[in-house]
Amino acid sequence: MKPAGKRSNAPIFWSLFGAGGMLAALIGPMLVFITGIAVPLGLVLPADAMSYPRMLAFAQHWIGKGFLFAVVALFLWHAGHRIYHSLHDIGIHAGMGARLACYGLAMLGTVLAAWWLLAIGF
Amino acid sequence: MNTPNPRRPYVRPMAGWWRRNPFFVEYMVHEGTALFVAAYAIVLLVGLLRLAQGEAAWNGWLDALKSPLSVAFHLILLAAIAYHCWTWFRIMPKTMPPIVVRGKRLPPGAITGCGLAVAAVASLVLLGLVWGMTR
Repeated sequence: MKPAGKRSNAPIFWSLFGAGGMLAALIGPMLVFITGIAVPLGLVLPADAMSYPRMLAFAQHWIGKGFLFAVVALFLWHAGHRIYHSLHDIGIHAGMGARLACYGLAMLGTVLAAWWLLAIGF
Repeated sequence: MNTPNPRRPYVRPMAGWWRRNPFFVEYMVHEGTALFVAAYAIVLLVGLLRLAQGEAAWNGWLDALKSPLSVAFHLILLAAIAYHCWTWFRIMPKTMPPIVVRGKRLPPGAITGCGLAVAAVASLVLLGLVWGMTR
């Protein structure tokens, strides 16, 4: 039997990076358009499209909750992984500090998103 | 690393290396889109907090989104994340395993084109769903 060696954690971070990058590429621009431009200006969509009762109902439904969690968490893990590797390119070498800053903040955002989505209730 | 060396060998300076070649500038710009993806995730994360805090807090967040500064910021986010989308699928032929169709390797342009087409369809489906649910 192979001894229980130290396995790389790279595939986990790469998968999260890839999933977040794919989600951002597929629907990122449209999400920004809907939440940041169309609804605030009342273009294309009704100005009350993101009213409190509507968004509360969306965030309380398991589909809406899962969607919001996936978007926030995967976008953060995508960005954290990419920034972590780009730090090396601008002369900040990958170490525990850079790792903690990038993946730690992504983890913090993930926990906060889960916490607040649970606080919104079902 | 920074111990003084009496021979004083030449070390090629690396500061600003990426500004020397347009290819590297583009690389840094497309890597830089991650900052905008993170910024948008934080905007949404604040929205989740405000939604959890109740109606008054949520309406405050909505009002903040209506400010001209926020709309301008979201236009920048839109441009940066759209650029991420374009580069994501442009790089895809290099990051995925080769696909062989009838003995011929699928050309990179076909993979990029497919990816962009899927993104366009997914975006229109999303807009259609939101339009249908809020009408």
